[in-house]
Amino acid sequence: MRIACPYCGPRGLEEFLYTQDASVTRPGAGATGQDWVDYVYIRENTKAPRKEFWYHSAGCHAWLILTRDVVTHEIMAVDLP
Amino acid sequence: MRYSALSLLAQALRGHTGWKPAWRKAMPAPGYDVVIIGGGGGGLSTAYHLARHHHAGRIAVLEKGWLGNGSIGRNTTIIRSNYLLPGNVPFYELAMKLWEGLEQEINYNAMVSQRGIFNIYHNDAQRDSYARRGNAMRLHGVDAELLNREQLRREIPYLDYENARFPIQGALVQRRAGTARHDAVAWGYARAADRLGVDIIENCEVTGIDIENGAVTGVQTARGAIKAGKVGIAVAGASSLVAAMAGLRLPIESHALQAFVSEGLKPLIDNVITFGAGHFYISQSDKGGLVFGGDIEGYNSYAARGNLPTVEDVCEGGMALMPMLGRARLLRSWGGIMDMTMDGSPIIDKTPVKNLFFNGGWCYGGFKATPASGYCFAHLIAREEPHPVAAAYRLDRFAEGKLIDEKGAGAQPNLH
Amino acid sequence: MSGYRLPTGGHINRNIAIPFSFDGKAYTGFAGDTLASALLANGVKLVGRSFKYHRPRGIFTAGSEEPSALVELGQGACREPNTRATMVELFNGLEASSQNRFPSLKYDALAINNLFSPLLAAGFYYKTFMWPAKFWERVYEPLIRRAAGLGRNAGLPDPDFYEKTTEFCDVLVVGAGTDGLAVARAAAAQNGRVIVCDEYPAPSPPDLPANVTFLPRTTVFAIYDGGTYAALTHLPNASPRQRLVRVVAGRGIIATGALERPLVFANNDLPGVMLAGAVADYIIRYAVSPGRNILLALNNDDSAVLIPLLAAANIGIAGIVDTRRKSSDLVYRLAREADASVFAGATILAAQGRLGVKSAVIKQHNGTMLRLPCDTIATSGGFNPNIALTAQFDAKPVWNETICAFTAGMLPPCARIIGKAAGQGINAGIEPHWHSGFSPGKSFVDLQNDVTVKDIKLASQEGFCAVEQVKRYTTLGMAADQGKTANVNALAILAEARGISIPEAGTTRFRPPYTPVSIGALAGAHKGKHFKPVRLAPTHEFSQAQGAVAVESGLWLRAQYYPRAGEGWLAAATREVNTVRNAVGICDVTTLGKIDIQGPDAAKFLECVYTNSWASLPIGRVRYGLMLREDGFVMDDGTTARLGPEHFVMTTTTANAAKVMQHLEFCAQVLWKHLEVSLISVTDQWAQIAVAGPKSRATLAKIVDDPFDVSNDSCPYMACAGLTICGGTPARLFRLSFSGELAYEIAVPARYGNALAEKLMQAGAEFGIAPYGTEALGIMRIEKGHPAGPELNGQTTAHDLGLHKLLSTKKDFIGRTMAARPALTNPARPTLVGLRPEDGTTTLRAGSHLLPIGVPATAAHDQGHVTSAARSPTLGPIALALLADGPARLGEKIRVYDPVRQGDCIARVVSPVHYDPAGTRLHA
Repeated sequence: MRIACPYCGPRGLEEFLYTQDASVTRPGAGATGQDWVDYVYIRENTKAPRKEFWYHSAGCHAWLILTRDVVTHEIMAVDLP
Repeated sequence: MRYSALSLLAQALRGHTGWKPAWRKAMPAPGYDVVIIGGGGGGLSTAYHLARHHHAGRIAVLEKGWLGNGSIGRNTTIIRSNYLLPGNVPFYELAMKLWEGLEQEINYNAMVSQRGIFNIYHNDAQRDSYARRGNAMRLHGVDAELLNREQLRREIPYLDYENARFPIQGALVQRRAGTARHDAVAWGYARAADRLGVDIIENCEVTGIDIENGAVTGVQTARGAIKAGKVGIAVAGASSLVAAMAGLRLPIESHALQAFVSEGLKPLIDNVITFGAGHFYISQSDKGGLVFGGDIEGYNSYAARGNLPTVEDVCEGGMALMPMLGRARLLRSWGGIMDMTMDGSPIIDKTPVKNLFFNGGWCYGGFKATPASGYCFAHLIAREEPHPVAAAYRLDRFAEGKLIDEKGAGAQPNLH
Repeated sequence: MSGYRLPTGGHINRNIAIPFSFDGKAYTGFAGDTLASALLANGVKLVGRSFKYHRPRGIFTAGSEEPSALVELGQGACREPNTRATMVELFNGLEASSQNRFPSLKYDALAINNLFSPLLAAGFYYKTFMWPAKFWERVYEPLIRRAAGLGRNAGLPDPDFYEKTTEFCDVLVVGAGTDGLAVARAAAAQNGRVIVCDEYPAPSPPDLPANVTFLPRTTVFAIYDGGTYAALTHLPNASPRQRLVRVVAGRGIIATGALERPLVFANNDLPGVMLAGAVADYIIRYAVSPGRNILLALNNDDSAVLIPLLAAANIGIAGIVDTRRKSSDLVYRLAREADASVFAGATILAAQGRLGVKSAVIKQHNGTMLRLPCDTIATSGGFNPNIALTAQFDAKPVWNETICAFTAGMLPPCARIIGKAAGQGINAGIEPHWHSGFSPGKSFVDLQNDVTVKDIKLASQEGFCAVEQVKRYTTLGMAADQGKTANVNALAILAEARGISIPEAGTTRFRPPYTPVSIGALAGAHKGKHFKPVRLAPTHEFSQAQGAVAVESGLWLRAQYYPRAGEGWLAAATREVNTVRNAVGICDVTTLGKIDIQGPDAAKFLECVYTNSWASLPIGRVRYGLMLREDGFVMDDGTTARLGPEHFVMTTTTANAAKVMQHLEFCAQVLWKHLEVSLISVTDQWAQIAVAGPKSRATLAKIVDDPFDVSNDSCPYMACAGLTICGGTPARLFRLSFSGELAYEIAVPARYGNALAEKLMQAGAEFGIAPYGTEALGIMRIEKGHPAGPELNGQTTAHDLGLHKLLSTKKDFIGRTMAARPALTNPARPTLVGLRPEDGTTTLRAGSHLLPIGVPATAAHDQGHVTSAARSPTLGPIALALLADGPARLGEKIRVYDPVRQGDCIARVVSPVHYDPAGTRLHA
């Protein structure tokens, strides 16, 4: 896989780290315990393109939101958070 | 026909014309008492143990493709029970004990080979953490030894003792650990379950789970609707997808893992060896191939293939540990889908849907668990209460904070 | 030279004779030969023994698909098993030997397996060897393992070098055949950068444009995501030996041609049975005739080109067996011109001979048998487009009935497949002929794994119906050639056995690499000391000059201890601790992560990521902070100094430096992106040295520049400041203590690290200053009960570490909600305590478990474990431990159980702060 970092240009997979699904958002004030469980532990994990967080660890340290197909590995978009 | 040297000899004289299919090509019946979704190691082992130990009535295993095509047929064949945490050790030790009697029990040679596993350590902190693990194993009645550098070198002389970036200091050893022929485990359980009357139905993908009044009533499949008193899900690599059919959301993310085999070589590596300063482990199959692997790819994936950085990372680990591998050639790499849980440990539990049971989230450790996974899942389905050694593998442990996190990596599945 | 070399022709240089040896016997070939062509030229037909039945095997192909002619190349540490003789370029002094035979190639003891072959049918081992159970590991398996495998690994470190490169291009062309080169030239005309790879050692084609890079001996072995292609270049007799080339290409053109498939008949593995195309290759490329009387068996017109070739070279044609009901006009015409007989509608049933082909038995169209003397059988069952590369990539191959072959399914993004690889111009007039009946004698489908037609039939009979099951049950296609010449024939035979069509039978999944790749090449330079980069502390030279023993700490090398004459590690570390406790010592602490945090919202940001309060921290002060993961468990700890209203410097543990940086960036860029805060890692920019001990202030006073005042009043415990030292060198001073003594950490730009260490040594000389290493550091931190790596193991909570008071109740922070779950604060959880052996002398070891006294040593009684242990110079053996309900059990006696190291003793539970619990020394 190659990821087009908005700051560095297209770079190899080995420069990046994936961490998590970007569709979950951190609960705000007044959130329930279940909201937190969902945020920290529960993942949709569907077989479809989705948004996810990647970190350009061996590059500019930018966090990126990739829209990526988890079946074909095709990257449709690379956005900044 | 029972498998034995004698029956083999008799058949050899008849040109092997008398062998029957290892399992019947069963057609789906309108309904079963128990339907197991997934014809892999977990599902087949579950069906076998249900039929063998519980009066579970009519049982079917539904496999979406061909039997054994999932994780059971694409792992690196290691069996071991060298775990740290109390939620894990007794369970994997039950698996180990079942491995030790498996072939005689199911009359199928799965080539269970207790070659020993050596986890190499490279510094004092790692030694102490392996000591902690080894001591935990011993407290659970599991065999464990801690070798120092000299003891290790006597047993495994070909590691890079002199020039390593991370010096080799010793190893945690479980001698009862080893390998088993992965495909044969699927075939052997299928054959044994079939002989106990279980219907094994291939090419029968489940497309829906029928629920009425909060209780499961059956499944929709590519070969029609099938009624079921109880349904067990054992679909490594598709856990989230099948669970979603029943409205369940899981603490699981699916990741690709590559594995590798070298060209066939004369005996070279007698044990299972894991590198402690990188991602690499290796054993040699009876056929002569070096079977090795490393870390998961690191990104969510449903493609049964990986990318080049992992291949390089694994081979670098291999060369760092045993520089004799330089001229051995990588013959084939392949990929599988790992259902990674948020604490790195599996789930065997009831679900909020009555009579629907879930077995999954095996990360990349499902193969070694196969006998116990089925044994305990069968117990759960039949008695509707967890088997004591699998009691910690609950779905609600994530909400409760009763995590079984061997690595201490936290709620990021690709770190386990 | 034997008569198998043709008098003229070939792409060989007859002026350069090359001596080589095979199985110890000397031969000569020519420059341009492969080992295979040179062996054939010398009349050597028997080159190996097969995997299972140890049958004699010869050279079957002229390329990388070779299933049979595998040899061991070289000697000693350079011995390379399973090397395809067809791909080895001959070089001076080449030593090759046959493999998988004992005692000799001609008389192989295990050829007896062939006699027992009725017992050794597909999957036989699953049905036996089960009784008695103990015999598997002791008897059966060792026998099987010794018999299995092919070549022998040297068992010695590979002495050669390998390298890796990355190339970027607009167009990558895989295969330098006519089609590939045409596409390359066309692409080059568009001004793009073009790379052409070919697995064979062809010279660069003439007049290639300058923007085309031609890489011969380079096999593109896999396609990965994003237009990344993996290739391996062989550099014969050079160093590096091989080069892994990662090619990043805008477009990939797959021009890999087609691979011939053999006809399947009894004894089709005898030396002398070859692919027709291979026979042609040996004649054209190497001017070698594999035989003197060659029988051609075919089912298509493509391979008829061999007929005029044989005739032109005056090689005898024993006959042409055309399995098609009606042979073609082309075959008839070529046969007539060559004066050869055509047996149309005939079937080749068997090859005959012991160590090589002597004759062939054919069944003529009218059913009569005929024995044809011959020394070589050239067979062609048609061609398979070479789609391995694209088929690795998810898409299933598609059956093309017209050409009787699989073509590529959906292609990887930005890839195109052309020419024969796309199924163009192959298999003219083909009429499939998959095997010659289930005849007596073995008809091999997969030559390398010894899989026969009967094996496939048996698998199907036993219910292994899916092609992948057949593969796994029979091992078809799982050998080093991955079934390149076998798979399609096998599918057809399976389809026939099951009564279904070939596309219904499907294909097995192609897997990378296309041809086997040495692990050494995939590792490149990353082995030995170069496995991972080394990070050197900025005082590395200093510590080396002081005689330090270095220890790996992650990627860092740190000074572990500074032995003086006669001292072991414990004596040195003890002396170092005593020096710190009584005088002054210095220790490089650069490796702790340092993150510079600046911006108007820097304090607010720290409130978010730390559990404790930060807004109130005054400028010029340092505070200890605790950081949780979002799941409520402890992530890391460290101190953070406030250097200005909007400027903080955070310290992390050495092990978690990168992880914390990543986490903070996530918080800043994603979670709280509205906060104005910038982060940068400055770990490598500052050399930081701890100056610890009662004389540390006096030592420092000698190097700080006026007017900086190091007195307790102006620089109290937990103060920090920017200053200059040694006459103008910028520095930062933090009054921190990990050792529990009066202590400071002083930071200077990294390039001054060695100089600062030396200055401190000079300044402290009068007080008896000494450097100390990580061992002494560790002893002192255990004496003080500070948690470190073994306690911050990702499984512990703030409660476990006695740090729950740092969990603010007045603000949100990462992990707050999840840390409050009852299971994480349950007092029964193992919690940090100290331990002292009851007898005062027995060494405690980390990793030991804790049990109540007088109960059986079982898991049910396991109450925790020793996390860190040390031998304190003043207190004797001490330890930190996590003990269930620990703080309530101070004074209790507990069993410290360490069976893997034969340890078993009694210890008393004490406070984790073993040394100076009131902290008076560090406030001095």
